[in-house]
Amino acid sequence: MSILTPTAPLTVPAEVLRSPGYWRTVGRRLRNDRVSMVCLAILALILIAAVFAPILAPADPYKASMLHRLKAVGTAGHLLGTDELGRDMLSRLMYGARLSLLMGCLPIGIAFAIGTTVGVTAGFVGGRLNMAVMRVLDVFYAFPSVLLAVAISGALGPGMLNSLISLTLVFVPPITRVAESVTTQVRRLDYIDAARMSGAPNWVIVRVQVLGNVMGPVFVYATGQISVCMILASGMSFLGLGVKPPEPEWGLMLNTLRSAIYVNPLVAALPGALIFVTSLCFNLLADGTRLAMDIRD
Amino acid sequence: METLDATMPETILPVGEDRGGPAQPLLIVEGLTKRFPIGGGMFKRAQAYVHAVEGVSFSVAKGEVLGIVGESGCGKSTTARLLARLIEPDSGEVVVDGETVGTSDGMSLRELRRNVQMVFQDSFASLNPRLTVEDTIAFGPRVHGVSAKEAIASARGLLARVGLAPAQFAGRYPHELSGGQRQRVNLARALAFSPRLLILDEAVAALDKSVQAQVLNLLLDIKEDRALTYLFISHDLNVVQYISDRVLVMYLGEVVETGPVDRIYSDARHPYTRALLSAVPSMDPDRRTLEPPIAGDPPNPIDPPSGCRFRDRCTFAAEVCAALKPRPIEATPGSGHIVACHMADRISGHPRSA
Ligand SMILES: Nc1ncnc2c1ncn2[C@@H]1O[C@H](COP(=O)(O)OP(=O)(O)OP(=O)(O)O)[C@@H](O)[C@H]1O
Ligand code: SF4
Ligand SMILES: [Mg+2]
Repeated sequence: MSILTPTAPLTVPAEVLRSPGYWRTVGRRLRNDRVSMVCLAILALILIAAVFAPILAPADPYKASMLHRLKAVGTAGHLLGTDELGRDMLSRLMYGARLSLLMGCLPIGIAFAIGTTVGVTAGFVGGRLNMAVMRVLDVFYAFPSVLLAVAISGALGPGMLNSLISLTLVFVPPITRVAESVTTQVRRLDYIDAARMSGAPNWVIVRVQVLGNVMGPVFVYATGQISVCMILASGMSFLGLGVKPPEPEWGLMLNTLRSAIYVNPLVAALPGALIFVTSLCFNLLADGTRLAMDIRD
Repeated sequence: METLDATMPETILPVGEDRGGPAQPLLIVEGLTKRFPIGGGMFKRAQAYVHAVEGVSFSVAKGEVLGIVGESGCGKSTTARLLARLIEPDSGEVVVDGETVGTSDGMSLRELRRNVQMVFQDSFASLNPRLTVEDTIAFGPRVHGVSAKEAIASARGLLARVGLAPAQFAGRYPHELSGGQRQRVNLARALAFSPRLLILDEAVAALDKSVQAQVLNLLLDIKEDRALTYLFISHDLNVVQYISDRVLVMYLGEVVETGPVDRIYSDARHPYTRALLSAVPSMDPDRRTLEPPIAGDPPNPIDPPSGCRFRDRCTFAAEVCAALKPRPIEATPGSGHIVACHMADRISGHPRSA
C-alpha cells in the first residue's frame, strides 16, 4: 500500500514492529520474581491435588475406621495420619482443598464482577450517583468483615450456599471502593477527555479506555483478598455456619480435630497449616503482581 | 486551498463542508461564561463560585491562527474546554461556520466533534498507557463508523504525516516515546477526525526548545496542507508571536485586548498586555520598554474586583475603573485592534482617556 503526501512519497507498511504489550512485560517481570513463582507453584500443586483428588487420593475420605483413629504422620498406609474418626488425612486434605479453594475464590470472583461493575460505573459517572453509592458502602464499612460475614450468614442460616452468599456480600464493598477510586483517578486524565472529544458513547469509552487501566489494580487487590476470604470461610465452618460434617473442608477439619490437639498435635495442625500456606501464597502472589505491574521509566 | 485526495489513507473521514464561504468566520464566540461551584455537596448548595470565564467574545477567521495568552489561572484552558464542549457553558453562544452549537437547528455535538479537535498540554496524560499508538489514533475514526482495517491504515498514514515512521512507531506504547513524539501522536489523533479547527492548549509548552521548534513548524506545515484554523493557547509570548496571526489577551476570565499580532506586540494599549510583554526578555533594545512589571498576584477569581478586574494591579486605575466595567473599544478605526480599558474609551471619564 503506498500513499502520496503533498510533500514526500511515503510507504505505509502493512507490518509494524510490535512492542511486547504491557501485560506481557508484567508477565516477564513476574516470572523473574522468585517468591511469586514459588507461591504460584505451591498453589498449582494444591489446585492439581484438589482437581484430581478422586484419582490421586490414596483412600476414601469418608471411610471411618475405629481401629485407626488418630494415627501419627508417617504411619504406613496413612502418610499424613488419620483423624479422630480414623479417616485418611491426606485424602481428606486433598478433597478438602476443593471446598476450601471454592469458598476462598468463588465469593471473591463474584464480588470482583459485581464490585468492578458498580465501582467503575459510579466512578465514571461521578457526581451524585457516585456519592450515593459510596455512602451506602460506608455503612458496610462500619463493621469488621468477620462480624459482617457471621451476621449475614447467621441471618441466612447455616449451609454452604448461604456462607458463599454472605462471603460475597462481605467483599463487594471493599472491591467496589477500590474500583471506584481507581476509576475516579483515570477519569480525570486527559486521554479520557480526548476520548470524549471523539463523541464515543460512555460505554465505549469505558470498554476501550477505562477498563484496561482499572482492572489490573482491582484484580491484584481482589487476589489479595482471597486469603482473607479463605480464612473467613474456614472460620465460618469452624463455627458451624458453613460446610457441615462429614464433608472435608479445612476449616471444619480444624474444628473437629481440635480435641486431638494434645493427642496428636501434628495431625491436628495440618488443616490450619494448609489454610495458612494457601492464603499466604495468594497474598504474596498479589504483592508480587502489584510490584511487577508498577513499571516506571 | 487544496483539499486532500480522499484516497489517501491519512484522511479517512471526509473534511466538513465549508458552508459559509471564506467571509464567514469559522468560529464566533459570544458572551461565553463559566462559573465553577465550590464547597457544595450532595445536598448542599455551592458556597461560592470561581469566575473562570466571564463574557468572553471573539471570532476566528478561516485559516487563521489565533493566539490566546494570559497568566496561569486566567481561564485559557476553561475557554478551550468550553469550546470543545468538554464542559457545558453557563451562558454564551458558540457558532461554528455559521451554525450555533447545541441548538436544535444548529450544529449537533457529534458534528462539533468532527469539526473541532484539541491537543492537550500533558503529552503523557493525554495518551492511554494501555493502547498502542495506532490504536489510540484509530479510536476516533472507529467511533465514527470506519472499519478497523481502514482506521489502522489511516492511523499509519497519519503517523507518517506527523513525522513518525509507522513501521517503527505504530505498535509502540506511550512510555516508549519521547515528549515530542508523544505530542506528534496527539496531533495525529486530532487530525484523524479531519477537523477544521484545532485547539492547541499549551501543546508545545512542555517540550525542549529545539523540539518545540520542530513541532511548531510541523503545525504550520499541516495547517497549510489541510487548510486548518488554529486556536493556539500558550503563556510563551515568543511562541505566540511566531505562530499567530492575531492575539487575544485574557485576564481573570475576561478578554482585555485582541488584535493583529504585530499591533499587539508593537502597540499594545491595555496596561496588562504591556506589563505582560515587558516581562518578556527582548533581544531588541528598541523593544525594551520602561513599563513596570505587574505587581503582586492576580486577585481571587472567587471574588473578582468590580469594574475593571485589573484595577488593583494597574498603575493608572482611576475612580471610574472601580465603578464601571470597561467596554471593548477599537484602538484605531478599522485596525481590528480592540482593547477593554477606560483609557482607550473617549467617553469613559478616565482622566487619561484621550
Ligand atoms: N473544575 C474546576 N472546578 C473549580 N475551579 C476550576 C475548575 N477548572 C478550573 N478552575 C479554576 O478556573 C480558573 C481558570 O482555570 P484554567 O485552567 O482555565 O486557567 P488557565 O488559564 O488554563 O491556567 P494555566 O495557564 O495554569 O493552564 C482557575 O482559577 C482554576 O482554579
Ligand atoms: S480600565 Fe482602569 S484599571 Fe483597568 S486597565 Fe484601564 S486604566 Fe487600568
Ligand atoms: Mg491551562
